[in-house]
Amino acid sequence: MLYGTPLVPYKHCVKHDKFGKRCQGTTTTNTSSDQSSHKMMFNSGHIKGPISHQLKFIYPEDQPAIPIYRVLEPEGHVINESETPEFTDEHIIKLYKDMTLLNVMDQVLYESQRQGRISFYMTNTGEEATHVGSAAALNPKDLIYGQYREAGVLMYRGFKLHEFIDQCFGNAHASCKGIQMPIHYGSRNLNFVTISSTVATQMPQAVGSAYAFKRRNNGYAISTSTIEQYRGDGIASRAPGYGMITIRVDGNDLFAVYNATKAARELTVNKSRPVLIEAMTLRVGHHSTSDDSSAYRSIDDIRSRDQKYNPIVRFRKYMYKRGCWDAEKEENWTKESQRMVMQEVKQSEKMKRAPISTMFENVFDKIEPHLQRQMKEMNDHIRQNHDHYPTLSFYEQR
Amino acid sequence: MLGASKELCGIRRLAHFTFVKDQPDPSLGQTKEMNLCQAIQNAMDLTLANDHTAIVFGEDVAFGGVFRCTVDLRQKYGADRVFNTPLSEQGIVGFGIGTAVSGATTIAEIQFADYIFPAYDQIVNEAAKYRYRSGNLFDCGRLTIRAPWGAVGHGALYHSQSPEAQFLHTPGIKVVIPRSAIQAKGLLLSCIKDNNPCIFFEPKILYRSAKEDVPIKDYTIPLSKAEVLIEGTDITMVTWGTQVHVLREVIQMVAKENISCELIDLRTIVPWDVDTVCKSVVKTGKLLISHEAPITGGVGAEIAATVMKECFLNLEAPIERVCGYDVHPIPHTFEAFYIPSKWRCFDGVKRLMNY
Repeated sequence: MLYGTPLVPYKHCVKHDKFGKRCQGTTTTNTSSDQSSHKMMFNSGHIKGPISHQLKFIYPEDQPAIPIYRVLEPEGHVINESETPEFTDEHIIKLYKDMTLLNVMDQVLYESQRQGRISFYMTNTGEEATHVGSAAALNPKDLIYGQYREAGVLMYRGFKLHEFIDQCFGNAHASCKGIQMPIHYGSRNLNFVTISSTVATQMPQAVGSAYAFKRRNNGYAISTSTIEQYRGDGIASRAPGYGMITIRVDGNDLFAVYNATKAARELTVNKSRPVLIEAMTLRVGHHSTSDDSSAYRSIDDIRSRDQKYNPIVRFRKYMYKRGCWDAEKEENWTKESQRMVMQEVKQSEKMKRAPISTMFENVFDKIEPHLQRQMKEMNDHIRQNHDHYPTLSFYEQR
Repeated sequence: MLGASKELCGIRRLAHFTFVKDQPDPSLGQTKEMNLCQAIQNAMDLTLANDHTAIVFGEDVAFGGVFRCTVDLRQKYGADRVFNTPLSEQGIVGFGIGTAVSGATTIAEIQFADYIFPAYDQIVNEAAKYRYRSGNLFDCGRLTIRAPWGAVGHGALYHSQSPEAQFLHTPGIKVVIPRSAIQAKGLLLSCIKDNNPCIFFEPKILYRSAKEDVPIKDYTIPLSKAEVLIEGTDITMVTWGTQVHVLREVIQMVAKENISCELIDLRTIVPWDVDTVCKSVVKTGKLLISHEAPITGGVGAEIAATVMKECFLNLEAPIERVCGYDVHPIPHTFEAFYIPSKWRCFDGVKRLMNY
């Protein structure tokens, strides 16, 4: 009556079990306004709250923090056996090898940057379980919009070592042929949209393409800790504000990430509702090869947290308990994975870069007339001045 | 195999220019050796010391900044004056407009010029229009936005951009780009003191390498005044930022062929110093403009159109623009071929002389 809106009947709140099945239940709203609840008729359509006659603010700090879902303890044992995903030993080993191969590749390529062999690198250290666990729970055809620190997703999906390394060397075989900085991978076949340096731009794009997305909380945006970035209870607490289903998981627990992602995917596919997963993890490495994080955080603190919560170590402990992995296999794999990475680095390093004319491609779907002219101008200039461009021999000739 | 790549990287590492120092103005007194980033830090230090309303903020500035331009400022002036913002450029500029409107001298850092675009609406539709739309009741003249700018050798698409043209087209904001440490300190202090919102782009490739003896006192260099660095008679060359040093080398190259060039550092991109440029073109009759940003719609286009109109009968040859190509600046492994290198500029000089 106040605003002339039509009267809307008040509905009982419903409870949902963890997989989103609606069940009958009693109202979960404030008991104090129960009497007024069915008298409440004035609202702006979609707001379902009862009328209150008491001036009362909601303090976010009074709301209980959203709990963190975990299956695998840091020591490698499962608390609640019924939560263990049904993986074969082979699959468990694949998950482990993906995480560790990524880790070895990270170490080698980080070093390569330090030696001046590639211009830039970013590691994924400490976040391997969030990448691999979530990728494992998705369908290979699900389109992923990745941010720059999610290479484990590609590793799981089958992006080959040389594909990672070619892109970092920017040679002619790289997915973007040397146009972008290292670590900006992409794969049409693996349904992974090419990475850009920008952050959060992927989200509205992903919404356009998918209903479920994952938000990883690794504690830092370079030097800004999550406490400085988010005043409320992390990221998961924002979801209800947007009408989204949410869960917070231990991002260093591959099983928890897997379970949550799998369940979220079912929800999105069956209910057409977006789901937010906040995976709690820790960025162990520096932000990039251009960063020295000792300037803004305690390296000892990071080291001790990593020792306790490292996702790969936890998974390995589980595998030992399970009996599908042992010290001998570990030693052999360590040698093998290092050999694999070094071999690919040697190969990639030798490869030439794409022809220089590549820079005129893909600005538009075809090379427009003005770009044809500029390309010719450039080719003429280079032809007449090739002595002044000593690096020409590193490029393929078109 | 290691050799090939190391050699490649070694060559890639060589900058495409040699930084040339300026001498400090002796009347400014005592100097200290500073590089570009230290000179910028010094300008902010002096501002925070002398202006109690001044605040500095942006992503990661608290620990000193990703390029160390804000080192020690938080310790000296406190967390309420030097602080981190969340990762939100639109928030950084919007917030900065707010503090400026309410009387705080505001220095807002955008971590890379490549990331300024989420703030574009706040800059173009808000900051630039504040005084205009309120009939001078309100303004955000106390706002200065700083951002690292330009080619750095390996920055690729998101750490190399020089977007000055995108702001040239918006009335109400000033855009300033220094070529060196001495210039940076004086120009930044002018931006901070200027009563209009300013964007100060800092050539990141010069942060460490541009070392000069910089006067330690508070001094300003006027905005909207271009500087004639080298006098000459045959060709006028106009540029800014890192490219100033590239053109210095070109001038030496062509001097061997008895071509005398006049080098102008534009310094303020908008409002730019039409008089100094035109006075020079009237003398030489030939103009070469060079910038890293892609050629189409770049600042060079505006300068060329204006000079064509003002100096039409003085021109002896069509105006040359030697710039980045119209591809996204800068494709990673192709940087040496994308940039307006000294050889491409040399070709431009030859075309002018042979017309």
